[in-house]
Amino acid sequence: MVAMVEPTGPRPRPLTPARIGLYAFLFISALFFLVPLYVMIVTSLKTMPEIRLGNLLALPSAPSIEAWVKAWSSACTGLTCNGISVGFFNSVKILVPSVIVSIAVGSLTGYALSFWRVPVAGILFGALMTVAFVPYQIFIYPLVRIFASAGISNSLPAIVIIHTIFGLPTMTLLFRNYFASLPIELFKAARVDGAGFFRIFWSVMLPMATPMLIVAVILQVTGIWNDFILGLVFAGRENLPMTVQLNNIVNSTQGERTYNVDMAATLLTALVPLVVYFASGRWFVRGIAAGAVKG
Amino acid sequence: MSAAMTQASSQAMSHAATDKRCDVSVKDVEISFGRHVVLEKLSLDIAQSEFIVLLGPSGCGKSTLLNAISGLLDVNAGQIWIGGRNVTWEEPKDRGIAMVFQSYALYPRMSVRENMSFGLRVAGMPANEIQKRVADAATMLKITELLDRKPSQLSGGQRQRVAIGRALVRDAGVYLFDEPLSNLDAQLRAELRVEIKRLHQRLRATMIYVTHDQIEALTLADRIAVMKDRVIQQLDTPQKIYREPVNRFVASFVGSPAMNFMPGRVERGATGATFSLGDLSIPIQGYPFKSPGLTGAAVLGIRPEHVLSGAEAGPNAFNAQVEMAEPMGADTLVWCRTPSGASFSVRVDSGPSIAPGDTLPVSFPVGTLSLFEEGPDGRRL
Amino acid sequence: MLAIRPRLASRLAAWVALSPALAVLVVVYIGCTTWTIWISMTASRMLPSSNFVGLRQYEALFANERWTVSVSNLVIFGTMFMIASLALGFLLAVAIDQRVRAENLLRSIFLYPFSMSFVVTGLVWQWVLNPTFGIERIGKNLGFADFKFDWIVRQDMVIYCLVFAAVWHAAGLVMAIMLAGLRGIDEDIWKAARVDGLPTWRVYVSIVVPMMGASFATASVLMATSVVRLYDLSVAMTNGGPGIASEVPAKFVMDHLFERQNIGLATAAATSMLITVAAVVGPFLYWQSRRRAAAGAH
Repeated sequence: MVAMVEPTGPRPRPLTPARIGLYAFLFISALFFLVPLYVMIVTSLKTMPEIRLGNLLALPSAPSIEAWVKAWSSACTGLTCNGISVGFFNSVKILVPSVIVSIAVGSLTGYALSFWRVPVAGILFGALMTVAFVPYQIFIYPLVRIFASAGISNSLPAIVIIHTIFGLPTMTLLFRNYFASLPIELFKAARVDGAGFFRIFWSVMLPMATPMLIVAVILQVTGIWNDFILGLVFAGRENLPMTVQLNNIVNSTQGERTYNVDMAATLLTALVPLVVYFASGRWFVRGIAAGAVKG
Repeated sequence: MSAAMTQASSQAMSHAATDKRCDVSVKDVEISFGRHVVLEKLSLDIAQSEFIVLLGPSGCGKSTLLNAISGLLDVNAGQIWIGGRNVTWEEPKDRGIAMVFQSYALYPRMSVRENMSFGLRVAGMPANEIQKRVADAATMLKITELLDRKPSQLSGGQRQRVAIGRALVRDAGVYLFDEPLSNLDAQLRAELRVEIKRLHQRLRATMIYVTHDQIEALTLADRIAVMKDRVIQQLDTPQKIYREPVNRFVASFVGSPAMNFMPGRVERGATGATFSLGDLSIPIQGYPFKSPGLTGAAVLGIRPEHVLSGAEAGPNAFNAQVEMAEPMGADTLVWCRTPSGASFSVRVDSGPSIAPGDTLPVSFPVGTLSLFEEGPDGRRL
Repeated sequence: MLAIRPRLASRLAAWVALSPALAVLVVVYIGCTTWTIWISMTASRMLPSSNFVGLRQYEALFANERWTVSVSNLVIFGTMFMIASLALGFLLAVAIDQRVRAENLLRSIFLYPFSMSFVVTGLVWQWVLNPTFGIERIGKNLGFADFKFDWIVRQDMVIYCLVFAAVWHAAGLVMAIMLAGLRGIDEDIWKAARVDGLPTWRVYVSIVVPMMGASFATASVLMATSVVRLYDLSVAMTNGGPGIASEVPAKFVMDHLFERQNIGLATAAATSMLITVAAVVGPFLYWQSRRRAAAGAH
């Protein structure tokens, strides 16, 4: 029992053990999530002799960006030693057309499935939803053969088509759900005004879908940039994306591993999605929430 | 202290609240969210067994006040007293209150029975006592046959009955209602309104009821506190609030169809005080002015149902031009203009047909009209 | 939803717009799946052959140690990863929901790993768990000379390293889904529970968690699909090693398609994966469509 104070004003809120425990849990969790990033950064700024001392968590005694320069321009992937910059530019080459084409096809499909009565729409949408869960392995071999017989195997067009195919379920779902949430009167009004299928899409629906376009770009940029398996199989030796090159740099070195260069290369590869993530803030969460299949 | 509570609450519920002190006092309460002040130095005394309604438009602070009384919201200054105890720092469960919410707030995965008994079970009450209370409350609310259903299998009205039942089993002295009927359609609302009134008569518990619906306020309340802009504008019986609103806001918020307002002047002549509307002079001799002898610009307010018309209009009648008639079943609302062009409405019996273009003799009897200061928030004169 | 029957030109346009999706449906979803299943029943090795052998590839597959190790790895990994990421994600969401300071910062910290690729995740953890310079060395430097943490090079423990890395990658996503679910719960429920005098933990256990079925289902399905797809992480972190201790089915398929030139076996493995996914996702989709139908009926 506290002293005989007449209660008035705000209730006193002492820091309870539960509250302390809560913050301790959050703090330890935050450490668990942050330590790998921290280790990556400090390791990439150290020299190899310093790394061999074994102080994983120590700050670099003399921070040096030498490893970054080496990772970018002269690290070896197998036989060639041009650094991970090659992979970076390959990834950009893959990313830009893949993002544009996959969003264009996905938004158009979503629009067609939301406002227009097409006989197979239900089947098509159901199939898209279901296939979003299927492992790629089931399609890969036949697709390789199809591309080979079409004469575009191991090429930029092949990987762009592949990203469009595998991005289609998510993109369609995203846009269909968004368009379905718009009032149908909007569509009816445009019809009464005499606009046709593409006119309505282009002039009425797409301008309203700006938030979804942003979400789609975020999803596709991070998704395609982070892709490993599709780039490995379909892009061809000349166009291997950054993730594949990174794995080659780190995991197929002969002789002593240069951990600082490895970590610099890893950070460089993670940079694009990290920038997208931190720049987009809540949009990213919105994106995964919308992409998480929930019809 | 909490032992006393448990003992008190384990008494039979039929004669619950009457033998328990359950008046409520709000003393100089202040509430703010950050810099945004929601309530400022607000005081309100609610008597034992009183049914008080907090009435006002959204954002007026009425729900905030209710949440402060319940303890769901901490006050920044001031005190809350319930049943003679200072409960400012008490948890909601220790305040001897029960609460009903607008969205029902039933626990969705529990049956009706579990919803009603869960709080008591957690508090460790003996099972037979719980069972008795649930059965009593269910009988009182006629939901006995619903006890084993899930909330998702109930209609809106049934859900709100269950929510009231969950409050009843707590056998509290004070019941708090946060817009309990706002999610229901008009017919159910009327039905449950009667039910709540009956409960109050039966339990004689103190009830504090928040709503933005003036009909609910007028039908249920012993006293109404009309709130606007975080301040209680008027605290009075429904009759008084209806007859003598303290300002134009209260006058226009309470009553439907709305009160007529006509700007003019108060003048003093040989025949006593008059209110002049253009060329028209309305005798207001005997009006209970707050400051006697007052003259000057003012606004006359009169309810459509208080305007006398036709044969009833009497010697002080003037002729009004009929512009439009809105039949409303039992009555007709007739829209008229005074000779000087001021528009007002009159409620007449639906008997004789009145057509646009007719002239209608009307009078504004001094006993039912109100005079206000100029301006939209003008105070009663 | 009400849709308008379009006139002929617009109807044609709708078909044109849907043609890529229809092509994908017919060629990829139906065509490629059928083709893969067909090949898995032939004697194909380097090149596809049409020599039908029934289920003999599947017999060979389940007699193959590499495959059985992959499957058991997947089961261990899947169980541990699902439980750990759901539990951690849920706890983080609940913790953040207690009106803590710096909520946005904490959310960003918990979720950022999810924005990065599995390759990056694998390489970081490979380095942190490195027995020579990683956590083990930290323990030794702290004075515990016998401190051992060499799971990543131990055949019996390496799979738990994958779990560790994957939980780090995905727990934030679970947290985001759960937090959205928690925030979607009617505030009046919390108020009612407080008036009822329920302790907070009791509200979570008895009221909130039962209301979060949809969030748990969504998170579980997302986690489960990423389990079956698990490939990059194993390749980058351990390349299936040491030995074959961290092999996974997706890697088995890829290796047999492109390095070991055994298409028949690879497609049999891929088909087995498909069946597994169908067994997991089928009920979920069915449940969801029923839920939607029920919601539509109201």
